[in-house]
Parts: sequence; C-alpha cells; structure tokens
Amino acid sequence: MTAVDTAPAAVQPDDLDSAPVFATAPKRWTETTWARVGIPILIGILFIGLWEVLVYALGIRRFVLPRPSMIAVALVEHFGSLMASLWYTLKVTFVAFGLALVGGVALAILFVQSRVIELALFPYAVILQVTPVVAIAPIVLIWTGLDNVYLALLILAWIVAFFPILSNMVLGLRSADHNLINLFQLYGASRWQILRRLQLPSSLPYLLGGMKISGGLALIGAVVAEFVSFSGGESGIAWRIIESGNRLETERMFAALILLSAAGVTIFMVLHGLQHLALRKWHESALKREN
Amino acid sequence: MVSAAATAGLAAVDPPAPVSVGDDVPHSRPGRSLIRLQGVHKAYSNGTVALRDVDLEIGQHEFVSLLGPSGCGKSTVLRLIAGLGDLSAGQIEWPLSRVDAGGSPDRDLGFVFQEPTLMPWATVFDNVFLPLRLAGKSRRAMRDQVEEALAMVHLEGFANAYPRELSGGMKMRVSIARALVTRPKVLLMDEPFAALDEITRFKLNNDLLRLWQDNSFTVIFVTHSVYESVYLSQRIVVMAARPGRVIADARIGAAYPRDDSFRTSDAYNRYCREISESLHRAMEPPA
Repeated sequence: MTAVDTAPAAVQPDDLDSAPVFATAPKRWTETTWARVGIPILIGILFIGLWEVLVYALGIRRFVLPRPSMIAVALVEHFGSLMASLWYTLKVTFVAFGLALVGGVALAILFVQSRVIELALFPYAVILQVTPVVAIAPIVLIWTGLDNVYLALLILAWIVAFFPILSNMVLGLRSADHNLINLFQLYGASRWQILRRLQLPSSLPYLLGGMKISGGLALIGAVVAEFVSFSGGESGIAWRIIESGNRLETERMFAALILLSAAGVTIFMVLHGLQHLALRKWHESALKREN
Repeated sequence: MVSAAATAGLAAVDPPAPVSVGDDVPHSRPGRSLIRLQGVHKAYSNGTVALRDVDLEIGQHEFVSLLGPSGCGKSTVLRLIAGLGDLSAGQIEWPLSRVDAGGSPDRDLGFVFQEPTLMPWATVFDNVFLPLRLAGKSRRAMRDQVEEALAMVHLEGFANAYPRELSGGMKMRVSIARALVTRPKVLLMDEPFAALDEITRFKLNNDLLRLWQDNSFTVIFVTHSVYESVYLSQRIVVMAARPGRVIADARIGAAYPRDDSFRTSDAYNRYCREISESLHRAMEPPA
C-alpha cells in the first residue's frame, strides 16, 4: 500500500506508515483514460456530422455558415499563407510573453525587496492591467507609428501578459515559510541567499500558475492588438480573419480560427507540461492520493 | 537504573532564585554558564507583555526544559536566545563565546521548530546541508559531515528522498540532523515532538537522549508536557503566563541513561506529580 520510491536501505516500519506516494510507475492506458479521450472525440464527430447534414438540408448559404467539409478544403488550400500569418502572430506572442516573464519576475523581486518601490509602482501596474487593451491600442499605435506596427503589437500583448506574472510572483515570494526565513536568518544568510535559496524556489508553483494564465493572455493580447491596428505590410492571423470576413470567405475565416485555437491549446499544454516537470517531485499539486 | 536522587528534586520558588547546579548531576559543570539571561523583558508593539524579568542561567552540557501553559513565553525565550527578535529590556550573554566585530556573540546553535520546517523542493541531503551551504561550504567537502548527521538520526539511505516521501517522525529526524550538522554547542528545540504520535515520540525522546549523552551539546527543550520534560531533563524551568515569567526551577536528579524502566518507575511518577503541582500553581491567577 505504501512505498518510498527511493528503495531505502534502512526502513523503519513504525516510522513509515503515513508517507504519501508519488506516482513514478509508467501510466497505464486505463479505462478512464479511454473515456477521457474517447468521449470528447465522439461528441466532436457527432457535432460535426450534424452540422454538415443540417447546413446541407436547410440550404444555409455558404457565407453565413459553411459546411465542415468546405472548411477542411479551405484549410488545406490556404494552409501555407495562414501558417505564415499565424507564425507572425506567434512571434509577437512569444516575445511579449518572454518580456512579460522577465519583467514580471524582476519587478516582483524588486517589490519584495523594497516596500517603497512597491508602494510607488504597484497602483500603476494595476491601472495598466484594468484598462482594456483595446482602448490603449490607438494611442500606442500613434506613438510607434504605422510603419512600426510590430512594436505596437508587442507592447500591447506585453501589457496583457505582464500582470498575472507580476502578481503571482509577488504572492509566491511572500509565501515563503516564515520558520524557514527564521532558520535562514539564524544561520546568518544574506538577502541574496534568502532570495536564491528560499524565496525563489517557494514562488515557483505560483510563477508557473501565472505563466499558464499569461501564456494564453499573450496570444489573446497579440490578436486583439492586431484587430485594432490592422494595416501595414506584414500581417498576422487576426488580419487574415478580418480580410476573409470582408471578402465573405467564411470558410477561410473558420480555418484561421481553427489554427488560432490549436496554437492556444498548444501553448497551454506546453506550459502545463513545464509545470508538471518542475513540480512533480515535491509539490502538493503533483501528489497522488489513494483516498 | 533510577538513582536515589529522587529525594533531591524540587525547589519551587517564587520569585525565582538563581539556580545552583548540584554535584549530583553528572553532566553539569558548576559555575560555567553557557548562556545567561538577566532581567529579560519582552513586550510586543500591541502592549502584550510576553516576558517579564526573566533570569536564567544555562550551563554547559545541561538538558533544560522550559515548561508551561501556552502564552507563558517559553517559545519567546527560545527565540530570543537564538537571536530572533529584540529584547525590550535586559540582556542575554554568552560568557564562553567569542564576540564578533559587530558586538554580537558567536551563538553556535541549532534550532528545531515545532514543524519539521524543511524545504519541500530539496532532497533530505540538501536540507541537512543547508546550514553549511549558507556558511559558504562546498557540497563535496561537506558530504561526509552531512552523511554523519543523517546517520546520527538513523536516516542513512534517505539522502535522495524528498520531504513529502517521509512520515512525520522521519521529517523531524531530518530537522534534528540539520540542527546538528554544524556540531553546535546548543540545541534549541521548540515543542519538536508535539505533533507526533506517542510511540514515535517515545522513540525520538530516547534517540535525543542518546545523542545528547554521546555528544557535548546543551539542550534547551520547550514543551507543554510534564511527562516529556521529566523523562528528558536534568532541570525543568516552570513558567506562568500573563505576563510570561519563571515561577519554579526544579532539578530532576534521576541518573542517565534513562529508558522505559524509568518511565514506569515510582520516582518518575513522583517527579511528574511535583512538577504538575507547580504547573497548577502557574495556572492560578497571580495574587
């Protein structure tokens, strides 16, 4: 029932009884896994089939609601140009996310080190967060100039992605066990040692949670910014969606949407995997309990 | 096993008098105080007086328990000795220790909290290595010393385990190993076994006594259990609350090594009864 996966040499039976178990055995492809994957796929197939049949039977016009088969054809036909556009948007997303990560963590560390800096800057971080990015976009665009749309997109996506990292990281840095802080002080640890050895590791679960939110938001921010500022030579996936709408090529619009969703899901899954990898050995959230 | 010193025993005093260390106790060295608290007073900013006029001398290689109801300031005494928090008045001296350039004594102590207080992201080895790492020692040079500390608490073979994989008693052993890895002069323990089941607690009591006898450190042990303090200590300092103060300083003369036969002896019962009585006096409102 209970086991320690390090195969200890000196097991003391009376001392081992309540040790929790970490799942280290390879996952078995169980009935529940089948259900978790199979049922949504089945629902999806049913939904798409019903859509295909109903649109055909009711004679709904192509530009109002195309049949799934038409969307599939459009997806294949425009795959190259759509992927190029998606890549443009993803570049904005990744760079904005990276800058949000570095900036958010750095500012959070600064806040925790200095109460004065926190008091001075935190309200403005909140203002930046609660003001809708759509409303800020025109002024940012004026500042960067229409020939520099990429920079405008970057700034706007960064604004959206920045705050979850900052606020989660501040919370995480402050959540270090107080007794452990005392212990570090007892042994004469420097501020840097407390930060490096205690506060940063303690904040890791919070940071990873913030990154999961922020990764999705960076993509949303990039797309919204494109919608507001669409023009210029280069173009992202949002611009393709608007263009398709203007031309009533609704099936291409759907194809672009599918790619965009897939990108969002991929970002989420990568960050989720990162979280699992970083925490599986020690954090409460990675613990498997039998009751 | 049980010495005839059961007749020695109790000097319940109010107000507390300076303790004279008797010759009947094998480990103490008269007149050589390691730590001296004089008129220690601690008030919090909200006006609560945590400690009033505490005088206490702790000798080399003593095993002293601070016993009292919650709110009597016994943990506060421990934290102040450790240098955590400031005194409102009075002083804490380390007569035998070097003083650094900043005027604070080289305390040279280990601290065990009520919770194991381990870093969950670090292995058992890294947790025990922490005090040495903070002192700038390299992992390679200290490997033997860390492993020795783990062996002292019977945790050989668990160096690469994470704290979550261990039971409560094992985590507490890691915590004790971490406190002893620097080979300190004083081991401060703040109700370390309060959260454990009785069987594990008895076992750790015996292990702690063995470690104390085999080494030369002093133990200051905070507990609210009369039975635990009598079993372990040479000396029990009984404290009362509101305001926190020392009301009795009693000597438990029974010889070491103590084991389960001491736990069931008449002498043990008599000590427990006497200490309980002085503790009850501690609970009564001051006249």
